[in-house]
Amino acid sequence: MKIAFSCSGNDLDAMLDPRFGRAANFLIVDEDTLAYKVISNAAISASGGAGIAAAQSILDEGVETLITGNCGPNAFQVLNTAGVKIFTGQSGQIKGLIEDYKKGVFTDSIKEATVQSHSGMGKGL
Amino acid sequence: MIISVVSGKGGTGKTSIAINLALALEEGQFLDCDVEEPNAFLFLKPEITNQMDVQVSIPDIDTVLCSGCGACVKACSFHALAQAGNKILTFENICHGCSACWLVCPQKAIKEGKRSIGFIEKGQVKSLECIQGELNLKEPSAVPIIKKMKTLIDQKKTIIIDGPPGTSCPAVEAIKGSDFCLLVTEPTPFGLHDLKVVVEVVKQQGIPCGLVINRSQGDDQIAEEFAQKENLPILLTIPLEKEIAQLYSKGIPFGKVMPQWQHKFKLLLESIKAGDAS
Repeated sequence: MKIAFSCSGNDLDAMLDPRFGRAANFLIVDEDTLAYKVISNAAISASGGAGIAAAQSILDEGVETLITGNCGPNAFQVLNTAGVKIFTGQSGQIKGLIEDYKKGVFTDSIKEATVQSHSGMGKGL
Repeated sequence: MIISVVSGKGGTGKTSIAINLALALEEGQFLDCDVEEPNAFLFLKPEITNQMDVQVSIPDIDTVLCSGCGACVKACSFHALAQAGNKILTFENICHGCSACWLVCPQKAIKEGKRSIGFIEKGQVKSLECIQGELNLKEPSAVPIIKKMKTLIDQKKTIIIDGPPGTSCPAVEAIKGSDFCLLVTEPTPFGLHDLKVVVEVVKQQGIPCGLVINRSQGDDQIAEEFAQKENLPILLTIPLEKEIAQLYSKGIPFGKVMPQWQHKFKLLLESIKAGDAS
């Protein structure tokens, strides 16, 4: 199963980016083999609809689980409709988060967006 | 002739100046293009004779015909469409109505739909035709309403446009095609900062302009220095005066009840129309 992480780096040592739609990259990791692929987030500089475009790009990779910091309403709607499980409120290195995931730490996927639209646009946050 | 009143900074007195100027017209049109928070009708109090809906285009997807190919999602430059499995999701607030999705759909499953984003009201005060637009709450784009309002312009008349604050798309749309821009500023660092930006926008559009200094407390050096540097004529200076503020708070245009100001707005209008003001 493929897990997507929002991040600024491009390997398993990368730190999780708390933003989803405006994250620099997504690391798509195969849970079983730990093989990974980096996709750069083309929506990072989109004038609008970044969450939707970012969600679409990870769906196109066949992702079933997303681990990130926060998720806005539009991205949530796209991912939720596709049945992707979303775990938010996370931070730290991706390799540590994968271990946690395998230990079964992540049990409560979100049932609604955790932030409003445009929260990842860096107004001094 | 179209005269637009803009400021960059909000709260400098655009609407006050615009309505007083409109009342100085013998015959003409007044457009309140600050459609996110229109307030000119509170002062002009026209009798509303006409209300019209403003609609924008959106995709209307027939889920039976849709094959889930995703061509529409790829065609959308605004990310207003997404595909989850075979389901196409539409985000109407993000849609710009560009029509790409229904043009590319190989199944002809998408047709052009419509949704309302606000309305326009028309009314009359003596020989002045008053037009005001209002954007619905939570709508992201004021531009379609301003565009529609401007189709109601009668070029044979003198038109006063009360523009929105700022210098983004709505403000640019409001001043586009104007023959003159009256820039209203307050002599403060904030006023000057936004005035600089708005002057840049107006000059880029090639529109002649002049300055009104509002709420002057005697020392207007900050605005005067900039005006001199930019070759902007200062056409009127309005003092910070209790009587003007009190009239404003009661919804009374001060040029209507203070004869000396009525006269000054008439002169200002004449000099703009004669082309002496820039």
